[in-house]
Amino acid sequence: MTTRTHVFAATAPALTLALALGLATAPASAQSRDQIRAVGSSTVFPFTTAVAEAFGKTGKFKTPVVESTGTGGGLKLFCAGVGPAHPDIANASRRIKKSEVDQCAANGVTTITELKIGYDGIALASSRKAAPVSLSTVVLWKALAKEVPVNGALVANPYRLWSDIDPSLPKAAIEVLGPPPTSGTRDTFNELAMLEGCRKVAEVAKVVPDEKARERACMTIREDGAYVEAGENDNLIVQKLAANPNAFGVFGYSYLDQNRDTLQAAKMDGVDLTAETVAAGKYELARPLYIYVKNAHAGVIPGIREFIGEYTSERALGDDGYLVDKGLIPEPKALREAARVEAVNLTPLQF
Amino acid sequence: MTDLVEQDVAAVTPSPASSTPPKSRLRGEAFARRLRARHAAERRFRLAGAAAVALAALILVLLLGSIVAKGASAFLEARIRLEVTLDPAEVADRNYNGLLRRALYAHFPQVTDRAGRRVLNDLLSSGAPYELEAMVAKDPALVGTTQTVWVRADDQIDQLVKGGYRRDLPESERGLSDAKVAAADALLASGALAQGFNTTLFTAGDSREPEQAGIGGAIVGSLLTLLVTMALSVPVGISAAVYLEEFAPKNRWTDLIEVNINNLAAVPSIIFGLLGLAVFLGFFGMPRSAPLVGGLVMALMTLPVIIIASRVALKAVPPSIREAALGIGASPLQTVLHHVLPLAMPGILTGTIIGMARALGETAPLLMIGMVAFIVDIPHGLTDSATVLPVQIYMWADSPERAFTERTSAAILILLGVLILLNGAAVILRKIFERRW
Repeated sequence: MTTRTHVFAATAPALTLALALGLATAPASAQSRDQIRAVGSSTVFPFTTAVAEAFGKTGKFKTPVVESTGTGGGLKLFCAGVGPAHPDIANASRRIKKSEVDQCAANGVTTITELKIGYDGIALASSRKAAPVSLSTVVLWKALAKEVPVNGALVANPYRLWSDIDPSLPKAAIEVLGPPPTSGTRDTFNELAMLEGCRKVAEVAKVVPDEKARERACMTIREDGAYVEAGENDNLIVQKLAANPNAFGVFGYSYLDQNRDTLQAAKMDGVDLTAETVAAGKYELARPLYIYVKNAHAGVIPGIREFIGEYTSERALGDDGYLVDKGLIPEPKALREAARVEAVNLTPLQF
Repeated sequence: MTDLVEQDVAAVTPSPASSTPPKSRLRGEAFARRLRARHAAERRFRLAGAAAVALAALILVLLLGSIVAKGASAFLEARIRLEVTLDPAEVADRNYNGLLRRALYAHFPQVTDRAGRRVLNDLLSSGAPYELEAMVAKDPALVGTTQTVWVRADDQIDQLVKGGYRRDLPESERGLSDAKVAAADALLASGALAQGFNTTLFTAGDSREPEQAGIGGAIVGSLLTLLVTMALSVPVGISAAVYLEEFAPKNRWTDLIEVNINNLAAVPSIIFGLLGLAVFLGFFGMPRSAPLVGGLVMALMTLPVIIIASRVALKAVPPSIREAALGIGASPLQTVLHHVLPLAMPGILTGTIIGMARALGETAPLLMIGMVAFIVDIPHGLTDSATVLPVQIYMWADSPERAFTERTSAAILILLGVLILLNGAAVILRKIFERRW
C-alpha cells in the first residue's frame, strides 16, 4: 500500500504538468481545421446534418460538425471573424438581417453566399381525435394576442372559446401549445401568423396609429394561459396534444409529417398544409430556410464547395431527395437550378 | 430511558384498587391521554416515512419501467437476408446499391414496374451499401462469389417489425404505405426479414438515419472527456485537500479559501461552461467541440467535490495515527504519505468516483463549448470533435423519427448502467479498504 502511495505522489504532479503542457500547445492545433463546421437554426439542423452525413459517406472529406444554436446565435458565431476558429456555414430559418451583415463586415466577413434551400411549413396541429377545423391568421391573432381592439379601444383579450371569435368554430377553450420566445419557430410564428393576422384587422391601425407600437402590440402574445409555452421539445407537445384533443400545437412541417397518424393540421384560410400548397405560396404559415457560407473559407477549409454541391444536388433537394424525406419542402425545379449555380459559384450576397 | 418504559408499563396496567383515587401523577387520566397521543404521533410519523419511501420506490419503478419498456426493443434491429452476387465489374464500379437492389428484387419476381421497385428500394437502409462495401474491403476474395448477407432494414421497417405502426389504421394515417407493409410481411413470412442483436447501436457514431445511429462515438467522447477530467481533477483535488487539511495554517486566508471551495461546489454547471467558453476557447484558442476542453471544464466542476470529499476523509483519520507516526520520528510528509493518505483513500475514492459520475452525466457546460453537436466521425484524439453520452441522448430525444424514441431510451439505459457500475465500484472500494476504529 505504501509503495503504491509513493507512485501516486510521484505521478500526480507529473500528470498535471503534462496536462498543463497540453494546454500550452493546444492553440497550435486550432490553427488548422480539416472539418467543416456549421452552426445555427434548430429548424435547419435536421437538413444540414442529413447533408453532412451523406457528404461524409463519400469518403473524400471528414463529416462536417453541425451545431444547433438557434438562428441568431449561429449568425453571431458565423459573423465573429474569419479563420479556423470560426464556423464556415450558418443555418438560418429566416433571411440574414442588415444589422447582421454589417456585424459580419465589421469582423472581416465581407463576402458570404446565400442559399435558399427550400421551405418549412408551420403547422397548427391538433390530435386526430378532434374534429378538423379551418383557422386563419386573423382568428389565430384574435385568439392569441394579449390585447385586441373592442369598440375602438385596445382591451385585454376577452376571448375564452374559439366560438367567441367565430361562431362556426368549436365551442372549446382556446389552448395553443407553442415554442418559447427564444425559439426560431416562435419568431416565425410571430411574423407569419400574429403580424399577418393583425394587419388584416383594420381596426388595429385606427386604435394604434404609431407603426412601431402597433407591431409590438400585434406580436405580443397573451399570458393568461391560452398560449402555453411548451419548450422546444416537439415530441413532448405531441404527447400533450394526444392527452387534450381540444388543444392545438405549433410545429414545424417535418414533425407534423412524421406524426400524421396522431396529428392533423388545421387548414389556414381553407388551404390544407401539403408540400404543394407551401411551394405554391398558398399556405400562409410557411417560411423559407437559408444557409450562409463564408466565401473566405472556401479553399482554406477542405470540401466547402463540394459540400454546397451535395446540398444542392438533386439527390438531396430534388423532388425525391433525402431532404424531402426529412420534411423539407423544396423550391420548384427551375428556381432550384438557378440557386444551385449561384451557390456553387459562391456568388456573394448583395444586401 | 428504561425508567420511562417501566413507568409506561405501570400506566397501562390497571390499578389493583380501582376505587382509590390515583396518587401518582403517572397514573392519572391526563397522563394516559398524553401517552396515547405520543404513541399515535410516533405511529403517524413512521407511516409517513414508510409512505415516502414507498412513493419514491414507486416513482423509480415507474421511471425505470417506462424507460425499459420503451428502450428494450432498441437492442434488436431488423435485418434483411439477401443473396448478393458480387459481380467484379459492379464492385469495381462501387455500385453496391445496385447489387443489393438486384438481390432484393430476386425475393419479389412478380414486381417489375418502377413504382413497385421504388417501394422495395425503401425497405433497405440507406447505409446497407456501405455495409457491403466494408465487407468486400475486409475480404477481397469475396468478389465474384455469391454471398448470403444480412443487411440493415430501413428504420420504418424496423419499427413495423417491432410493432411500432398500427396496422389497423388506414394507409394515410399510418405513415407507412400499404405496399411497404405488404412487402415487409412477405419477407417476414419467408424468413428473409428477422431481428438480431443491434451491434450498430454500440459501434456506430451518430447518424440522421435511426437504423445507422449508434452511441459508439459518444462513448469514446465520454471516455476521452473523463480521462482529461480525471487526470486533472484527481491529483489537483487530492493535493489541495492534503495541503489544506494537513499543512496549511488556520488563518483568515485558509478560511476564505474553504468558504470559496464550498461555494464552488454549489455553482450551477452552466457557469463552468461559460467560463470554459471565455477562457479555453476565447483566451487559449482551443478548438470547439474538443474533449480536451470538455474535460477541462468538467475538471473545474468536479474539483470542489473531490476536495471536500477528500478533506472529510482526511479529517476522519484519528489524530493518534499522526501522533504515533510523528512520535517515532516520521517527517510530516512521511506521516501523510505513509499513514494518513492510505487510510483516507476509501473516502477519497468514493468522492472521486461520485464526482466522475456527475461529470459523466453532465450536458449543460458542454453546450457552451460546442460539444452539443451532430458528430458522425468517432473521435481519435483529445482535439477531435466529439460529443458525450448524455448529449447524444438529448439530441436523439429531439429527433422527429419515432425509431429514435426507443434508441433514446436504450441510450439512457446504457448511461444508467455505466453510472450504476461506477457507484457500485465506489461501494466495493469502500468495503475493501474501509477500516473501523
